[in-house]
Amino acid sequence: MMEGAPNGTSDKDRLTFDWYLDKVVQGLVFLGGISAIVLIVGIFVFITREGLSFAATQLDIIEFFSSPRWRPTSEYRPTYNILAMIAGTASVTGLAMVVAIPFSLGAAIYIAEFATGKTREALKVMVELLAAIPSVVWGFIGLSIMNPLIIELFDVPVGLNILNAGIILGLMAAPIMTSIAEDALKAVPDSYREAAEAMGATRLQVVLKAVLPAAKNGLLGAVLLGVGRGFGETMAVLMATGHSINMPDSIFDSVRALTATIAAELGETAVGSEHYQALFTIGIFLFVITFIINLLADLVVRGVRKG
Amino acid sequence: MFGPAEYNIRNERTERLWRILFLVMTILLIIPVLVILATLIVKGGPALSWEFLFDDPKDGMTKGGIFPALVGTIWLVTVALLVSVPLGVAAALYLSEYAPDNLFTRAINLAIINLAGVPSIVHALFGVGAFVIFFGFGTSILSASLTLAIMTLPVVIVATKESLQAVPYAFREACWSMGATRWQTIRRVVLPNAVSGILTGIILEVSRTTGETAPIMFTGAAFFLPFLPEGIFDQTMALSLHLFVVSTQVPNVPEHLPYGVALVLIAMVLIMNSASIALRIYLRSLKKW
Repeated sequence: MMEGAPNGTSDKDRLTFDWYLDKVVQGLVFLGGISAIVLIVGIFVFITREGLSFAATQLDIIEFFSSPRWRPTSEYRPTYNILAMIAGTASVTGLAMVVAIPFSLGAAIYIAEFATGKTREALKVMVELLAAIPSVVWGFIGLSIMNPLIIELFDVPVGLNILNAGIILGLMAAPIMTSIAEDALKAVPDSYREAAEAMGATRLQVVLKAVLPAAKNGLLGAVLLGVGRGFGETMAVLMATGHSINMPDSIFDSVRALTATIAAELGETAVGSEHYQALFTIGIFLFVITFIINLLADLVVRGVRKG
Repeated sequence: MFGPAEYNIRNERTERLWRILFLVMTILLIIPVLVILATLIVKGGPALSWEFLFDDPKDGMTKGGIFPALVGTIWLVTVALLVSVPLGVAAALYLSEYAPDNLFTRAINLAIINLAGVPSIVHALFGVGAFVIFFGFGTSILSASLTLAIMTLPVVIVATKESLQAVPYAFREACWSMGATRWQTIRRVVLPNAVSGILTGIILEVSRTTGETAPIMFTGAAFFLPFLPEGIFDQTMALSLHLFVVSTQVPNVPEHLPYGVALVLIAMVLIMNSASIALRIYLRSLKKW
């Protein structure tokens, strides 16, 4: 909100070039502003447009979500059901969160509450750089470094599995979650810390009893965004999960994620075919889920600012 | 005589223990990545040479270099920037300088968060549905770059908005009091004070765009092309996709080759990010207010 800005109505008698220019620019930046809304609606419209006729006519919603059979190339009767891939995505994301949540919260607490001066700056820069590593590089790391490591350590035939992708995804999500969690901790007013210290609390007690409870919504938001990130990650899980459509029994099973299925199969399908439309239907599902996760994260974080 | 009480000593010990625990967690987060980087350098380093950077892939991509992929990535990033920077800066100007604090503005902010949160493969589907098929651009640099631009738009918007809002409000008020219009104020006072911050955001965006793979797989990047692109309606190779291809799709690739590609890609990204961070720290030290 720009309090006190000239609104251009009081000097209407001076219809100079600058007055018009001001209005034109205002219109242009407004277009820029609404572009984000136009684009997000556009994404939904265009993926729905490609997937709709399949989703509306041939799709049995209950079977789609409850059967693990994804057999798009079967000559006898192709089936398009995604339970096995949901299980794949969920197991990999779940393991990633088990890896990422404790470490990123611990790191965020250390950086925000304990580290000082140069150490803090250095750690923050490190975390930021870690977050920048492209996902295809992470996938390559899963393929070429983690894979032989897992085969050797656990004596299993294949190292491309839930464990591999979960750890890779955890390492990928942790820096982002650390930054957001650190922001949430920084947003807690210093008066909370001072009040607790004045009561004789040690640094640790201040953090555990005063700062963490006050920041819990922001921290929950960080976790949610991490989950959303894991859910939507494509290249790394494509390369590290082993790529077989399975209901997993253990973390050493190979699986396939929803995102990876689209990435692996879209290139081989004919535009407009049933298989092509089924892949877009998965896209609609992914869009809706991540939209809900982001919305929830936003609501949770905003809750803390108002309170 | 007045030594610390038993209770305080115990407290101090727990204190130190927890502090160390948090530090260890931070370090454990960083160490695996350093090990990975070291491995990439050790195994990919020997592959690097001028020929590797400036030669075409040969013998079914099992030999030769990465030149067409490098050129393709530069094409993709440049065209994407031409779209996302004006759009992103306009959006940030609106949000920072014009937007009232209402539900509509909140909807825009939510849309930006979602744009950043939508899975990259869904952006790819959108690129296929909208640019490749509906607008008829086909699989081309244009389609791929537009997809990349939309995907990385939030990076520009957020960075620009932050640097605009870092310009003190009094600067604007002083300018308005002199009778300047809003645009004159933005043009002469706000933008000059924010432009270097915007630049750091753009560098970050270049880095993000360089590394993205999924959005370009079906919209314009090809596994292998024997020639360089000549315009925005051509297909192209790209460094990120090339890493995926040589590490999963091509048989009998010597081990050092994908490591070399990965090393070049990660070096480009990390150098750009470091430059952006260094610029930001330098600029902060220059600030007079």
